[in-house]
Amino acid sequence: MLIVTDSRPRVDANQILGRELVEQIAHHTHHYPQKRAAVLDALKAVQKVHGWVNDTQLAAVASLLDMAVADVEGVATFYNRIYRQSVGRHVILVCDSIACFLTGYEELAGELQAELGVEFGQTTADQRFTLLPIVCLGNCDKGPSLMIDEDTHGPIKPGQIKALLESYA
Amino acid sequence: MSETASRNQGPIPVCGFEPSAKTHPLTYRLHERDSVLTLEDYQALDGFKGLDEALSHGSSDVLGIIKDAVVRGRGGAGFPAGLKWTFMAQPDGGPRYLVCNADEMEPGTFKDRLLMERLPFQLIEGMIITAYAIGATAGYIFIRGEYVEAAERLNRAIQETINAGYLGKKIKGKHFSFDLYVHTGAGRYICGEETALINSLEGRRANPRTKPPFPQVSGAWGRPTVVNNVETLNSMPSILRFGADWYKGLGVESTEDAGTKLYGASGKVNNPGVWELPIGTTARTILEDYAGGMQEGLSLKAWLPGGASTDFLTPDHLDLNMDFDTIGKAGSRMGTGLIMVIDDQQDMVAVQRNLQQFFSRESCGFCTPCRDGLPWAVKTLDAIQAGNGRASDIKQLKQLTKDLWIGKTFCAHAPGAMEPLQSALKYFESEFTDKLPASERGEQNAEVSTQADAAEAEKPAPVKAGV
Ligand SMILES: Cc1cc2nc3c(=O)[nH]c(=O)nc-3n(C[C@H](O)[C@H](O)[C@H](O)COP(=O)(O)O)c2cc1C
Ligand code: SF4
Ligand code: FES
Repeated sequence: MLIVTDSRPRVDANQILGRELVEQIAHHTHHYPQKRAAVLDALKAVQKVHGWVNDTQLAAVASLLDMAVADVEGVATFYNRIYRQSVGRHVILVCDSIACFLTGYEELAGELQAELGVEFGQTTADQRFTLLPIVCLGNCDKGPSLMIDEDTHGPIKPGQIKALLESYA
Repeated sequence: MSETASRNQGPIPVCGFEPSAKTHPLTYRLHERDSVLTLEDYQALDGFKGLDEALSHGSSDVLGIIKDAVVRGRGGAGFPAGLKWTFMAQPDGGPRYLVCNADEMEPGTFKDRLLMERLPFQLIEGMIITAYAIGATAGYIFIRGEYVEAAERLNRAIQETINAGYLGKKIKGKHFSFDLYVHTGAGRYICGEETALINSLEGRRANPRTKPPFPQVSGAWGRPTVVNNVETLNSMPSILRFGADWYKGLGVESTEDAGTKLYGASGKVNNPGVWELPIGTTARTILEDYAGGMQEGLSLKAWLPGGASTDFLTPDHLDLNMDFDTIGKAGSRMGTGLIMVIDDQQDMVAVQRNLQQFFSRESCGFCTPCRDGLPWAVKTLDAIQAGNGRASDIKQLKQLTKDLWIGKTFCAHAPGAMEPLQSALKYFESEFTDKLPASERGEQNAEVSTQADAAEAEKPAPVKAGV
């Protein structure tokens, strides 16, 4: 599909995203005086179903919210929790901010990379995990902390990683 | 495995003695119930009494009460909430907004999370009172995307509050309508800066906006908007119930500030956590009596009073009141009031590198000094840590703290980054210079060269003992 970036795209959002997602996005737009305020909600809704947001889906979101594709892309790439590349089934977000740094981040990060065989920014070959850094999770009294999908865990002591990862198939 | 779950169940040790509505207005209800408070729980524990009280007055009276109480903003800057509200543009019949800043990404800060996960109704009540005072027609709780549970609970609580008749059209028969929504973010620390937050809320990149115009004149969608922190808004219900004078009497005797404060501690203390204490409690009391002191074998080297963007203080400052002015006079900021301790085993250069990496990565990229200066700080610190530093690097870092200071950058992000850097260089410069290669250390010394140094130079360079 040819995506024209400097004008409103003409794509069939229903066909690309499916009725359910389109309805969800429409629901979010009702909370705001302008539709575009729902752009992160929309991108996150797509991501919840598909794991990440591809070009076609992005264009469909643009069309639903009356935004230019480049505009949505500008937003999508600004925010680190919107993924514009495919990710694994589970995303691991490791806090690398100061409280966790003081309480064992480096050891935890080393153990995770060794266990998964990937570095930060990468996905395991079996597409199970993507490993990413994140800022302070507001869990500093339980550092070092990390999030897997929507669950916050901490403090993670040395040696606990393996068992933790096993609970995410 | 999830330790977070325990935060949401067992009672939390908010204080050392029996809490009551009048001594621990923010958290006393958490002692009465050891799980998340439902609407029934909340109402049974005097929930919405503050709002009922507010609605029995005119909105300008409510604003007056909050102004008298002098609630200094708990998001970090300490600006009095009531005063901020008076800057709202006059009503013109159009929409007006109240936005709750629940972005909480300041490293070391974990207080708003607790309030939202455990006491969602108290924030909602505080927001309705505030909306009434400022004439807001709609409100948004801008909550970071990672606070999944808090957002779910707030959404549920909002629905229940609508059903109870405290949200929506003509609240309790008054000529006052207010709708409230939860808006979840998608990352980026800069969203916490109030004008960047407004851009983000509107579905744009989170670059800050110029001030003036201030949000109270032209904020969300160009309309009058107030942005307040979660903890600030949580204080409103009790002030309405017990009055401004009661609130002003809550702080310790030797402080000017009013109310209680959620203080906390992280780093290598025995009992990290959050506690509600009279504002102005000393850091020593927080760290020794509540956080249980340093872990076995460690001693305190330095501390950040309230987040990564505050200046380091030292053990000499432990007996200062933790309030906005006292900590300000000591050369730092109270910030969020959650203390981070740096123990004697930590290398200040490594700590600093971690801090600058955070600020560098989180720069919104809009203005050059911040976008280019912060990565430069990281690279310089990397070089020093790797033993490749130059004497001029220390000077360069000091220069950066001036070049990225207030007024030189578009928003307070970069100056915030410079606070821990300038104070580390002030108190711990030798840790930086000790890492320079011997030849570069010589150059540094040359600037303050004395005859004694010349004599010293005859001897072989000292080898740093491996401690
Ligand atoms: C870079 C940056 C990040 C900020 N992050 C937050 C935040 O996460 N939460 C918050 O309440 N205030 C944050 N602030 C302060 C807000 O800009 C604003 O002052 C505050 O929300 C006002 O609320 P208050 O007056 O109730 O404290 C941040 C400021 C800056 C410059
Ligand atoms: S100081 Fe940094 S965060 Fe603030 S506007 Fe400039 S680049 Fe953006
Ligand atoms: S620094 Fe890691 S959770 Fe706060």
